[in-house]
Amino acid sequence: MTETRIERHHYDVVVIGAGGAGLRAAIEARLAGKKTAIISKSLFGKAHTVMAEGGAAAAMGNMNSRDNWQVHFRDTMRGGKFLNNFRMAELHAKESPHRIWELETYGALFDRTKDGKISQRNFGGHEYPRLAHVGDRTGLELIRTLQQKIVSLQQEDKRDHGDYEARIRVFSETTITELLLDGDRVAGAFGYYRESGEFILFEAPAVVLATGGVGRSYKVTSNSWEYTGDGHALALRAGATLINMEFLQFHPTGMVWPPSVKGILVTESVRGDGGVLKNSDGKRFMFDYVPDVFRKQYAETEEEADRWYTDPDNNRRPPELLPRDEVARAINSEVKAGRGTPAGGVYLDIASRRSAEEIRRRLPSMYHQFKELADVDITKEPMEVGPTCHYVMGGVEVDPDSGAAFGTVRGLFAAGEVSGGMHGSNRLGGNSLSDLLVFGKRAGGHAASYADQLTARPAVAVAAVEAAVETALAPLQRDTGESPYTLQQDLQAVMGDLVGIIRRENELVDALARLAELRERVAKVSAAGGRRYNPGWHLALDLRNMLVVSECTAKAALERQESRGGHTREDHPGMDPKWRQVNLVCSLDGDTVRLTRKPLPKMRGELIGLFDRGELAKYLTDEELAEFDALAEEASK
Amino acid sequence: MGTKREFRIWRGDENGGDLQDYTVEVNEGEVVLDVIHRLQATEAPDLACRWNCKAGKCGSCSMEINGKPRLSCMTRMSTFEEAETVTVTPLRTFPVIRDLVTDVSFNYEKARETPAFAPPADVAPGDYRMQQVDVERSQEFRKCIECFLCQTVCHVIRDHEENKQAFSGPRFFIRAAELDMHPLDARTDRKEYAQAEQGLGFCNITKCCTEVCPEHIKITDNGIIPMKERVVDHRYDPLVWLGSKIFRRGQVPQTFVTSAQHGGAVHSSAPHGGVHSHAGGSHDAPHEVEAQRGVNWRREVPHPTAPATDANGKLPLTELTFDRAAAPSPFGDDITFPLPPEHLNFAHPSQDEPKH
Repeated sequence: MTETRIERHHYDVVVIGAGGAGLRAAIEARLAGKKTAIISKSLFGKAHTVMAEGGAAAAMGNMNSRDNWQVHFRDTMRGGKFLNNFRMAELHAKESPHRIWELETYGALFDRTKDGKISQRNFGGHEYPRLAHVGDRTGLELIRTLQQKIVSLQQEDKRDHGDYEARIRVFSETTITELLLDGDRVAGAFGYYRESGEFILFEAPAVVLATGGVGRSYKVTSNSWEYTGDGHALALRAGATLINMEFLQFHPTGMVWPPSVKGILVTESVRGDGGVLKNSDGKRFMFDYVPDVFRKQYAETEEEADRWYTDPDNNRRPPELLPRDEVARAINSEVKAGRGTPAGGVYLDIASRRSAEEIRRRLPSMYHQFKELADVDITKEPMEVGPTCHYVMGGVEVDPDSGAAFGTVRGLFAAGEVSGGMHGSNRLGGNSLSDLLVFGKRAGGHAASYADQLTARPAVAVAAVEAAVETALAPLQRDTGESPYTLQQDLQAVMGDLVGIIRRENELVDALARLAELRERVAKVSAAGGRRYNPGWHLALDLRNMLVVSECTAKAALERQESRGGHTREDHPGMDPKWRQVNLVCSLDGDTVRLTRKPLPKMRGELIGLFDRGELAKYLTDEELAEFDALAEEASK
Repeated sequence: MGTKREFRIWRGDENGGDLQDYTVEVNEGEVVLDVIHRLQATEAPDLACRWNCKAGKCGSCSMEINGKPRLSCMTRMSTFEEAETVTVTPLRTFPVIRDLVTDVSFNYEKARETPAFAPPADVAPGDYRMQQVDVERSQEFRKCIECFLCQTVCHVIRDHEENKQAFSGPRFFIRAAELDMHPLDARTDRKEYAQAEQGLGFCNITKCCTEVCPEHIKITDNGIIPMKERVVDHRYDPLVWLGSKIFRRGQVPQTFVTSAQHGGAVHSSAPHGGVHSHAGGSHDAPHEVEAQRGVNWRREVPHPTAPATDANGKLPLTELTFDRAAAPSPFGDDITFPLPPEHLNFAHPSQDEPKH
């Protein structure tokens, strides 16, 4: 190992991930005076956050003054089927308006209302128009704004210290492969520069994970290559725990045709702005799929639904705006019943409902994207859409207030998609962008104060670094193993076919057996070529993360015998209030994923009091309801 | 259902490389990036290429396809003839790292030099009030996905390494314009800054940047020209400016002066002009004519040589001493500027059109 060169750096806080959560965390850590590093797997500013189109949900009440944090909280819990960590949902609802306003002071330019405030749009599952947006490129605006805020902090440092990178530095195209511990404390992170293949070691007492999701384990996905579950796997290996890994969100409307754009999302705002779903018979089928729990809020006739777009106060919402899991399941059922398009989707039609000019104005990048990528004119013809793996609700189990990871590790924090609990079993559209900001800020701030209160810096053990180097170089030194691309395809096939949107017990058992086989093969993967910008090698290293996270998902999906949000069991179709009280927690025992059950934290009285009994009856057990009644009685005294 | 198509892809690193031939299966509805992914999964697993969203939103997969800077995820295979060989090369303006990946850090350095948004001192968060019509002008520029195609095509730096220091490029002109037009930005000197520090005067509005912009941002018309005009309003005689604009082609290409020179010492470090001809700032008329006549894309262009490195492939400098002071030339030590025009590969899209 002596000849291996490793570049060493010392930081107070290392943020892994340069999407919305990572950048917001880094800003907070730097504002707290900490020397901060941002690790970006891609170039700075290319993170997957740019793909978010709809907007950032925040109860600012700009469009409807009746909106407030309580309503937002209620919507979030309802969307997550009451499996959310209530405290996270509460913090999120309370703090997101401030996080959005703060962005304006960084230079963000949201679309405006007539009186000059931030405009807010309707979105599935949100009772009032709530999504701050910029056309349909809100994610890009968010990432660019945060990126430019970091630049402005660097300019301050240049002024004060003579160096842009004195206190905050972006390591672009850098991948972390291992977290290093000193006992139970985080001591640093080890990785490589993608460009040169050279190794890099960060010595830091606090690490914030903000690595996003796991979608690349699926065949049809909207996620970019970066989404290989790195943060999930790093956390597991460091002794942290994951929760809710069985819950994956399949975005109902990804493009299914033409093949070059398969998986790319069609934003929900197409439906919010009047687009409707039709099957191959031309029938607007969503009216047949309104579940009982939502019956009261959704229109029963096309006439009422159509009136809602102009008069939302006196009409109920069109069923196209049901939460994502409901829409995805409905599309899946239509296709299975033989009423799908030739490519296996359904039609999303806005062309026949809005004028070409209006479509172009309201959905400019959607129009542009379809025209350029697929040569489809959405003002003239319907789109072909179907469910696409989009978002993982599960993730690192964290303390709601600080984002500190549970389990046996200290000094590890997580925010954004890589953390779990906030969204319960299903995330509402628009809640992820505000999630990034709220919990990114919290994780960054708490990582900084954790670093502050340490009396001694944890030390990185040489042996651990040597082991990390060996693991990283292994695929290059083997030439007998399989190609990482073949292995990834096989993994995607297992996950897509057997742990996809609709799950069955025997298939999940089968999936676990196949994943075990794949684990053997992945351990022997070999990558051709050298260390310099070698995508095959990079993928070979990512594979082991994808594999362990897939195992968590499959195990948890097998265990949870009910259907809820992003987890649908054909053999257990209903929601079971008993299961609502349980989180499935994954940890790593040597190499094996261990699954344990853990009771959900109990919601505080004043929060549960925000719901009406009729609604709670659908989710809670009889004992919980009795408790609720007692509470209500006490309040009325 | 797929057909076999011919590709030529540049493989190599900063020490040199060449175009390699591949025959790949192409299916209906695919884009160039799909084909590159297929190559990676089959015969070239270590083919280096950047990409992220594959939807034209992140601006990572910029490359030159048949000599034209494009996003490979947005270049449909159906736009080529079936028998046509598709040639894919890395962005030319930036140093090659490996295969189709270039070192675009130039852009991040320029981004860092551009002064950030200055929030108004007396407006609290949440109290920002702006009209849609006022934010729309800046919003157009904020659509930018930072693919840097405008930067790579801009002839001020594409064939003039020596201009890189003083010239920020179209991406950062529209950043300045965006802030200039921001209703609440507290700084009032964005235009002057663009002129004095970003090298706005170098631009002679050939609109190549606008042409390649995948977001269809009107970089020149809505960003650069309004800034130039207002700088001119402030400082210069517009008639002189207009006159030089009319006569800049053909008759007096070499005597056209940049506004920076014309206005006197706007900024002491502003380099001298003379970069307005498409063929290069050689001040050598016969060479320019020669260079404009046509471009042989397959001609060997000398590659910059990297500075000497130690056994580990790194510069023989520690991190402490490397960063700013006395860093070796990023373009290699064997290149002198300006480059001779016959070594340059730029053809202006309109050079074959009749002159006005």
